[in-house]
Amino acid sequence: MTGWRSETVTGWGRAKRSECQVARPETQSGLPDLSVAAPAIGNRRSYGDAALNDGGKLIDMTGLDRILAFDPEIGEVEVEAGMPLGTLVRLYAPRGWLPAVLPGTGFATVGGAVAMDVHGKNHHKAGSFGDHLTDITLIQQGKARRITPKSGAIWKATLGGLGQTGLIARATLRMKPVSGRAMLVTERRAMNWAEHLRLLDSSKATYVVGWIDCTATGSALGRGIVEEAELTPGLTPPPKTPRKVPFDAPPAALSPPVVRAFNAAYYTRVPAHGRTLVRPLDAFFFPLDKIHDWNRLYGKRGFHQFQCVVPLAQADALRAMLDRIARTGQASPLAVLKRMGPGNGNYLSFPMEGYTLAVDLPNRPQAERLIAALYAMTAEAGGRIYLAKDALADGAVIKAMYPDHAKWLGQVEKADPEGRLATDMIRRLDLRRLP
Amino acid sequence: MSDTWIVLGATSTIAGAFARKLAERGDGLILAGRRMDALDAMATDLTERGASRAEPVSFDARDPGSFAAVLDAAQAAGGTLNVAVFVGSMPEQSAIDADPALVDGVIADSFTGPTRFLTLALPVLEAQGKGTVVGVGSVAGDRGRLGNYVYGAAKAGFATYLSGLRNRLGRAGVHVLTVKPGPVDTAMTRGMEGLPFMAQPEAVADDILRAVAKGTNVLYTKRIWLPIMMVIRAIPERVFKKMEI
Ligand SMILES: Cc1cc2nc3c(=O)[nH]c(=O)nc-3n(C[C@H](O)[C@H](O)[C@H](O)COP(=O)(O)OP(=O)(O)OC[C@H]3O[C@@H](n4cnc5c(N)ncnc54)[C@H](O)[C@@H]3O)c2cc1C
Ligand SMILES: NC(=O)c1ccc[n+]([C@@H]2O[C@H](COP(=O)([O-])OP(=O)(O)OC[C@H]3O[C@@H](n4cnc5c(N)ncnc54)[C@H](OP(=O)(O)O)[C@@H]3O)[C@@H](O)[C@H]2O)c1
Repeated sequence: MTGWRSETVTGWGRAKRSECQVARPETQSGLPDLSVAAPAIGNRRSYGDAALNDGGKLIDMTGLDRILAFDPEIGEVEVEAGMPLGTLVRLYAPRGWLPAVLPGTGFATVGGAVAMDVHGKNHHKAGSFGDHLTDITLIQQGKARRITPKSGAIWKATLGGLGQTGLIARATLRMKPVSGRAMLVTERRAMNWAEHLRLLDSSKATYVVGWIDCTATGSALGRGIVEEAELTPGLTPPPKTPRKVPFDAPPAALSPPVVRAFNAAYYTRVPAHGRTLVRPLDAFFFPLDKIHDWNRLYGKRGFHQFQCVVPLAQADALRAMLDRIARTGQASPLAVLKRMGPGNGNYLSFPMEGYTLAVDLPNRPQAERLIAALYAMTAEAGGRIYLAKDALADGAVIKAMYPDHAKWLGQVEKADPEGRLATDMIRRLDLRRLP
Repeated sequence: MSDTWIVLGATSTIAGAFARKLAERGDGLILAGRRMDALDAMATDLTERGASRAEPVSFDARDPGSFAAVLDAAQAAGGTLNVAVFVGSMPEQSAIDADPALVDGVIADSFTGPTRFLTLALPVLEAQGKGTVVGVGSVAGDRGRLGNYVYGAAKAGFATYLSGLRNRLGRAGVHVLTVKPGPVDTAMTRGMEGLPFMAQPEAVADDILRAVAKGTNVLYTKRIWLPIMMVIRAIPERVFKKMEI
């Protein structure tokens, strides 16, 4: 028997919400029946409406988080789709293995990481999450189907495929051997946009990311901290117990003056000549996870994240976007700039060679206007928007940004002809139809 | 030598969270339950998480013939023996009314089965002179409620048994912890709407482990249920019988 519970399901940005009936299976045996009923979701770390199904049902996969097999010779681990990536780090790093690609939160599940083909701070060297999987078990219309990179179109449609090619039941990750249990992190100040890009472009490090102070304007525009890191053996202090944000923060918590002060402090904390330090793995990969429910800092109305990638040659277009963000003063303390490596050809995967910028914006009418403008600028620059972060885009624009949308749709129509796996995002962007 | 835990009703959601925490500290686990496929998957997972041993054993609370093998497996594993009882079932009161034969099963799953198992394990525990017995009852056992009083009666019987067992085993140096959860977000409560102060299974497991370490006798989890149940127990029967809570 499957129990369904009424729940208000929100995206991580909390700007989108939906009333759903949610099942939370704990054994694989229940999945075939459920797979014909509703789309699956993970830990709801997507910002917009990818994991929402207003007025419908959802299958919460987080109760299926077992390790099914581990091969210590080659570091291959088969897990159920609800496994959080942070748990794999915690369990296997001490044994010398690390998931090859990690997004900025350890709460993201393997299923969610597959469905968004997530990327990490090492994208320029390691590619996306899907590039390190050896197989995935899908459940399509009640039937299990194991797919591998050799499966062709269905593989490409599944990685980054928003869960529309079937319920992801389990997957096998090929982890990478690591000698260390800590990160050696070098932080350097970048005084402005040009220097920021120069540092990103010239870096040889495995993990590289830039933190941008979005409140800096004029000649300081684009200033920030470039962080380069390598795994290192070394002792790490024991993890602190996570803190929680107990209630919806008052609107003042992230008001512009507060953010400006925070950003200035964040910038100057790194000495002018830079510094190198040792950080525990989780503090490096998942810096925000230490504060549970930090999304509540934005108060009841929530927030949006804008994330785009533009081709290398369009760096100036990105600078113009940043300028616009900075000048509107819709302060967002967390902005990330990164240089991405080439894409992997999965139909709806976000990464492509270029620069990606991610900015959080408190949910206000002017934020929606700003994001609409940024989306137009992204399209103009031949870039694309990351669907894991989107709540506001227009379907036609998205389809134009993802030229393989039609190929994806071909596979989805075979896998789910009746559209039972559609989510709020799929409907909003009208992705189950050709442009 | 490390601790070995018999987990009765190991496929329970709360037991699953509890077993993971034991595994991560390297304890040995005897996973006793009905669904062997689920127990096998659990055993692999728990071994990967650090359990020094994770062994599925077939156990049916309604079949005392299955009990000895569980105890044997634990003894073969060695280490300090501990027992945690999570087994229990809660059919709708209306289903029980429609089929009185269900009463026997409810009582066996929550009361007579575990009681008979623990009686079998008692000499081993007594001789060992240390270790812990965790018995999961329910706040439902504190008062006969309109909605689930057969289940409540089974839990009440088990709680009384555990109280006596604590009295007996305490003298030998073995601790007995009675756990009374309020509603917990598990398979048992999915589909029920409007349950107050719902706890997460991981939080309940943490509470249990803390109570084991402290030597608590009776644990209400969430903690709020202690004052609530004090009030509810204090309501005179002539008033309570007219109430719907
Ligand atoms: C603080 C923070 C930092 C982040 N950093 C990064 C980053 O650096 N790089 C990056 O790429 N992303 C990043 N993200 C985004 C995040 O990695 C993705 O949104 C990811 O998909 C979240 O996983 P989830 O398990 O929460 O999935 P959900 O958000 O619950 O679901 C995401 C999508 O996957 C589908 N899905 C989930 N599980 C299944 C399943 N088992 N079967 C079928 N479909 C399924 C859902 O239907 C939905 O479409 C970040 C998010 C946060 C909150
Ligand atoms: N959830 C709550 O709100 C709540 C509140 C108070 C107390 N409790 C108690 O907490 C304990 C754990 O329950 P849970 O919430 O984790 O629910 P659950 O997941 O439904 O667990 C019940 C467990 O009991 C097992 N079981 C039932 N009858 C059995 C039998 N005859 N033989 C062997 N195993 C049997 C079930 O095994 P199968 O997997 O084979 O069915 C299952 O493992 C139970 O004792 C329950 O009464 C729960």
